[in-house]
Amino acid sequence: MSETSHSHESGERLVTMANDIGNYFRAQGREEAIAGIVNHINRYWTPRMRQKLNAYLAQGNSGLDEFPRAAVERLNAQAAAASPQPAAGPSAAR
Amino acid sequence: MVTLTIDDREVIVPEGTSVMRAAALAGVSIPKLCATDQLDAFGSCRLCLVQIEGMKGMPASCTTPVAPGMKITTENRQIADVRRGIMELYISDHPLDCLTCPANGHCELQDMAGVVGLREVRYGYEGANHLKAEKDTSNPYFTFDPAKCIVCSRCVRACDEQQGTLALTIQARGFDSKVAASQDNPFMDSECVSCGACVQACPTATLSENSLIEKGQAEHSIVTTCAYCGVGCSFRAEMKGEELVRMVPNKDGHANHGHSCVKGRFAIGYATHPDRIVKPMIRTKISDPWREVSWEEAISYAASELKRIQAKYGRDSIGGITSSRCTNEETYLVQKLVRAGFGNNNVDTCARVCHSPTGYGLKNTLGESAGTQNFDSVMKADVIMIIGANPTDGHPVFASQMKRRLRQGAHLIIADPRRIDLVRTPHIAADYHLALRPGTNVALINSIAHVVVTEGLVKEDYVRERCEWDSFEKWRTLVGDPQYSPEAMESVTGVPAEKVRGAARLYATARNGAIYYGLGVTEHSQGSTMVMGIANLAMATGNLGREGVGVNPLRGQNNVQGSCDMGSFPHEFPGYRHVSDDAVRHSFEAAWGVTLRADPGLRIPNMFEAALDGDFKALYIEGEDIGQSDPNTQHVTAALTSMECIIVQDLFLNETAKFAHVFLPGSTFLEKDGTFINAERRCSRVRRVMKPKSGYADWEITQLLSNAMGFAMNYAHPSEIMGEIARLTPTFSGISFELLDRLGSVQWPCNAEHPEGTPTMHVGTFVRGRGKFLLTEYVPTSEKVNVKYPLILTTGRILSQYNVGAQTRRTENVRWHEEDRLEIHPTDAEDRGISEGDWCGIASRAGESVLRARVTTRVQPGVVYTTFHFPESGANVITTENSDWATNCPEYKVTAVEVTRVSQPSEWQKRFRDFTRKQEALVRQAGDDVFVKER
Repeated sequence: MSETSHSHESGERLVTMANDIGNYFRAQGREEAIAGIVNHINRYWTPRMRQKLNAYLAQGNSGLDEFPRAAVERLNAQAAAASPQPAAGPSAAR
Repeated sequence: MVTLTIDDREVIVPEGTSVMRAAALAGVSIPKLCATDQLDAFGSCRLCLVQIEGMKGMPASCTTPVAPGMKITTENRQIADVRRGIMELYISDHPLDCLTCPANGHCELQDMAGVVGLREVRYGYEGANHLKAEKDTSNPYFTFDPAKCIVCSRCVRACDEQQGTLALTIQARGFDSKVAASQDNPFMDSECVSCGACVQACPTATLSENSLIEKGQAEHSIVTTCAYCGVGCSFRAEMKGEELVRMVPNKDGHANHGHSCVKGRFAIGYATHPDRIVKPMIRTKISDPWREVSWEEAISYAASELKRIQAKYGRDSIGGITSSRCTNEETYLVQKLVRAGFGNNNVDTCARVCHSPTGYGLKNTLGESAGTQNFDSVMKADVIMIIGANPTDGHPVFASQMKRRLRQGAHLIIADPRRIDLVRTPHIAADYHLALRPGTNVALINSIAHVVVTEGLVKEDYVRERCEWDSFEKWRTLVGDPQYSPEAMESVTGVPAEKVRGAARLYATARNGAIYYGLGVTEHSQGSTMVMGIANLAMATGNLGREGVGVNPLRGQNNVQGSCDMGSFPHEFPGYRHVSDDAVRHSFEAAWGVTLRADPGLRIPNMFEAALDGDFKALYIEGEDIGQSDPNTQHVTAALTSMECIIVQDLFLNETAKFAHVFLPGSTFLEKDGTFINAERRCSRVRRVMKPKSGYADWEITQLLSNAMGFAMNYAHPSEIMGEIARLTPTFSGISFELLDRLGSVQWPCNAEHPEGTPTMHVGTFVRGRGKFLLTEYVPTSEKVNVKYPLILTTGRILSQYNVGAQTRRTENVRWHEEDRLEIHPTDAEDRGISEGDWCGIASRAGESVLRARVTTRVQPGVVYTTFHFPESGANVITTENSDWATNCPEYKVTAVEVTRVSQPSEWQKRFRDFTRKQEALVRQAGDDVFVKER
């Protein structure tokens, strides 16, 4: 499988993971659920995974449930507020 | 206390002490043959007779309890004559081959003959005897020689009291009495599980290890810890020089109390199996032959590749994986190398695929990522609930202890899709077997909780005092909803409502209710949720914070707990502290002299995804066989193939090594110093008993690699590594090799507050302060049965094989389990025209494999089951990428499949065999010298 075609599969997988996280937190109500998803992704996803998810969504792919979508938006807003110049690509070599 | 007189000496002992024991405490050794401190007194050999003033005859001192004012004579002419007469009878029917007997010099019969002063056997040797009784050599590990048997019944009692299998009996009466296995079968054909308890108990050479018969007596022994399952049995490795004679369970072992199982006791032959590789090898491509090289060249090549790849693809393009095969010190070094040497947090461990949900779930509810009790706690449990675990197979020595408690009258609830042995076993029957459908754990636990909250069974005082009340109220509202009633959930779980209600009431009203669980809880898409559900239930019923209760994850491997404790996680440092925690990170930066990353790294499944995306190109793998153990094998091997440098540090050319570019020969637990941590949080010493066959212990190899990468490590001994761990990890701050040598073992936390460790957690207060109830909404798995895949496959372990079988497949244990089989219910088998032993194709949306069928009612209709010990069976070719939402622990336990009768291997199996043949040929091209020479 080429790396290009796999990145689509990879994006789908990340959407599934985000939705699975959302399915756990949804019982807590909207605000707590979104906060919970944000916190979980911050604690356990690498920056590159978040970038890939954004890239996948930016290509017009959908599939995120409501709360995970809101969480991703909040994460992106937090990242933008913390770093005005969005990071492009993987982490740089040291 | 009771005061009595023994041989005119005043003795004071606790009430209930036997006369024999009282005498021993007073320094008087009474001769004995059937008595042993590991078993209940039996009084059969009649050697320990004494005279007690006022009592008729000569009572057996082993079965006579002391009484106030008793006057006992242990030795006089009359007693001596009786004892000598008894020995005379024993020896009249015993071979006189001491000089060639395997027990020579270590035979209790020989000793007693000397003690009583036996000089002649007046009966002669011409009468009826048992000297021509034939040996039973059916068991590969020990020999039963009935000609030497004195019918003391120690073996029978050991199988009964210690092991709980009750495979042995004394058949017939009087002169015809003999030890018989099952229905007088050879041991291999009987119910014997080869734990070795009978061999250990035997006072003569009747039951002797074959290794002892072959090699003779050891000349020294070293106490160490088993490298198999999460019980972490303590053993004495008995040695002749550098050669292991036998492994003998240590009576003073805190986890096992002198007991063992077939694996730790006998299955050690893998250490010198012909497959074992002891020389470093490298190759450029995985289609190239392997080339033996020096350690210097191998390490230099590995380091240069890692640096090249980082320079080309970025700092995050490489990572490391540890395993429980290695000690805490070794795991600590790998995570240190990755964080400080590689400059990222891409380090993960074997727990990813087993108990990572335990860490997540218990940390968030109770405050610590580990079980709450020690094993001995089970002896105070009144109701034992086992969920998704099979202790008689996966934790056999602990299961034996649990069975003792159950035989004393504790109640048993089992939640398992399959009828595990404990449901009905000698003298034990589960009060409730909740045979739920795979994938419905949370539905079940919520319905049990529903009963507790709606029938007034909550321990409210406990919850108010110790837990966050508002979180409890939210949880109570959720589980109290009618949707979670047992009646409503019955169609989901398949468990009749009245059984759920009965089980819930039994657990909730117990004085002490203890929950034990295994991978049948964690390896699900709601694994973490289920762990939280268990913790919620334990809190709601007040079953935490004392002995006899608790939430007890049965960690499967010898050091999986330890590898987690050592921070071999992409998101946590040692001691379960997040990498983003500035204070914690700064402490490691100060100690290590580098700046460390604050963002989490890749978990193992994410490493595979990143590899296929082209971002992740190299792995350093110590002791873990991801090519066999991880789900969706084709996905894993595709990821491995896409990497440019895979460094495998292991004993054998395992499934992962077939895709490797550097092979660093590792060391067994016999060849290194360090520590393991078992399922009880018990830290025990692993002691080197022989030199590493490859020249280096695993920690030394990691150190070499680290230095070659430019990050200096200069430890002279693993004790220094533990010293560093203790300085940097509050829960370990009191642990040192000196402490472990003095105490034998300690359960962390071990620090100033708990200088000798912590057997029971959360006493008085939870680690997080107040326990937190977390909401556990049931979310069905996305893995659904349908017309194409109408059955559910679930997986598990078997006693004689261990995990991927790398070790046990290379021992005589294959005699008990030489292949993985597919268990299928008779109804499902009949529907498909499948009979016992037929080859069956098992297909899922991930792949296909072929196994032979075992038709059995142990599984329910609609469910099939297999083990995963043989790579060629391809169990993980069939499992999918579904995983726990919180930790990505694979959902091994729920895979939708179809099973059909076939006549040839699957396509995957054909490719696997070809690939394996090719890779084995490539290793052979490195020359015979790469393989171990000792046999």
